[in-house]
Amino acid sequence: MFKNSCLIAIRAIFLNKTRAFLTMLGVIIGVGSVVLLTSIGTGLQLYVKEQFVALGTNILFVVPGNPFGESGGFGNQEQAFLESTQAKLKIRYLDKILRDNRDVLKDGVATGVGIATAKYKNVTKKVTLYGVTANYETVRSTKADKGTWFTQTDNAKSRRVLMLGAGIAQELFGQVDPVGKKIKLDGKSYLVSGVIEKRGGGFGGPSFDNYIYPPLNTLFSDFDTELVDSFIIETKDESLIATAKKRIETTMLQELDKDEFSVFDQTQLLDTIQSILGVLTAGLGGIAAISLVVGGIGIMNIMLVSVSERTREIGLRKALGATPNLIMLQFLIEATLLSIFGGMIGLLIAYLGSLAIQVYFPARVTLEAIILAFTVSSIVGLIFGVAPARRAARLSPIEALRYE
Amino acid sequence: MLLSLTNVTKQYQLGTTVIKALNSVSIDVAQGEFVSIMGPSGSGKSTFLQVASMLAEPTSGSIKLKDKNVTEYNEVERARLRNKEIGFIFQQFNLLARTSALNNVKLPLMYAGIKEDEQNQRARAMLDRVGLSDRLQNTPAQLSGGQQQRVAVARALINNPSIIFADEPTGNLDSKSGREIINLLKKLSHEGKTIIMVTHEPAVARIAHRLITFHDGQVANDSLKRHPTPISRLKTRPPKQVKNKKRIK
Repeated sequence: MFKNSCLIAIRAIFLNKTRAFLTMLGVIIGVGSVVLLTSIGTGLQLYVKEQFVALGTNILFVVPGNPFGESGGFGNQEQAFLESTQAKLKIRYLDKILRDNRDVLKDGVATGVGIATAKYKNVTKKVTLYGVTANYETVRSTKADKGTWFTQTDNAKSRRVLMLGAGIAQELFGQVDPVGKKIKLDGKSYLVSGVIEKRGGGFGGPSFDNYIYPPLNTLFSDFDTELVDSFIIETKDESLIATAKKRIETTMLQELDKDEFSVFDQTQLLDTIQSILGVLTAGLGGIAAISLVVGGIGIMNIMLVSVSERTREIGLRKALGATPNLIMLQFLIEATLLSIFGGMIGLLIAYLGSLAIQVYFPARVTLEAIILAFTVSSIVGLIFGVAPARRAARLSPIEALRYE
Repeated sequence: MLLSLTNVTKQYQLGTTVIKALNSVSIDVAQGEFVSIMGPSGSGKSTFLQVASMLAEPTSGSIKLKDKNVTEYNEVERARLRNKEIGFIFQQFNLLARTSALNNVKLPLMYAGIKEDEQNQRARAMLDRVGLSDRLQNTPAQLSGGQQQRVAVARALINNPSIIFADEPTGNLDSKSGREIINLLKKLSHEGKTIIMVTHEPAVARIAHRLITFHDGQVANDSLKRHPTPISRLKTRPPKQVKNKKRIK
């Protein structure tokens, strides 16, 4: 009997293709937008994760202040900012950390930040200076795409050399090979030693490709700062991260108070970003889900009209032996099928859309999103099909047959 | 007795006034009878048809079908009963639009829960019986009025019902098609089918064995005929077209 009701419902849908399509449109758009938006969110999460993995999973960061707060999220930003402006981190701490923990640590870089106006010929650009020691190349796996990295000696002697991020190199030099050329930073002349290979990033995070990387000591002497903004420390192995973190903290506690520094690893940062993106994805999906509800109401509207329009048909079916339950089943199945078909079309559109978006932006349609969209659309059809189906089931056969 | 109505009354509430469409009607119909029901508009003949065919519930009185009291049947039981025991032929044909003749005829079988293979086989055989074996896949729009009504007759017969109710079966047909349908009903009657037909065309009514006339919700006359009009005589008096009459109204 259920199979027959399905057949009747499918037949009814195919008898009115245009109406069926228009009815489905709401659900198509609803499911399409939910899946597409969540696919973008999920894609972003995966992208961020990949970026972090690419940066190395055996990396620990030491920063001044406590940017993660007690609860793990980005805590007291104001406090963190104040901490970071005070030169709490000293290069000698890094030396000490590396010296004391040779068994677990491989290498470490101190970084400092400054701002300057860069000028090459008539191109002027405000840039972020990211002062690093020469071993930044190995610790952060940032190879020189053109030229070579400056040396430890360049750093030690505060020589005016620098590395360019791929992005800023393009902006300042265009097609010209920057290696060996000189650029001016706040009027002083620097030799371009090399260009770092493209690293990607962005989406609100630091844009490493647009930084200029002078030796840390050069940054300190030329830009009148002593501010070390982080240590980037490489452990010998990924498995040593937890041990290394404790050991670094122990060493640092000998120099600074508990609140004056933080040691964190990529996963901690990653977790925070992922949780933000997760909320964002859910939020976007939620907003899109409203259109799914609107789609459901659309189905209900059309089904109600359809019940009036097919009053005679319903009357006839009843006269020929259809029980109220069978009529109800027929219309419920019809509404649900419409919704599911709509969901499938929406899914297909979202999938194609995500493929198209992938050219510019990470997007990934997950199985969870598909299952969710499918379930929700069938439930929407079922719920919004009840009212029309009940109306159809309650029609009296005589009234219905008399209906013109 | 196949069908027996005892003191059946049907009232309608129309605003504040109560209309007695059927006023204590008692009629017995035996197996194999061909009954014509006549009467002016509002006489209760259509209401009688609805109540007797289980489409509507009587306000009071009792109905027995095959010696079973079916008066108190609920909606589901009535639906099953209609499906099994009753065949309908309507003035408006009432075929499902954009649905093939075959699928239209299969409809009662579907609600009877019969397997697809058997449905097809039986529907084909029935359409063959009404002379439409070459029109199985045609939709109502692709069939003439007479052909559509023949599909409806096939549908009425498909579940082998005890009684066939025909409500103005020729009312929407031209004279030739009307004769074809009357012919078909006559044939069915000869084969032993019980037929109850409402009509307001005396020429059509005359083919039945028994003529019941309604007036003001009551049976005004109930007479048996020894020699119903042979089909051949009908040719001289074609049935009037109700459609035109309706339009003039």
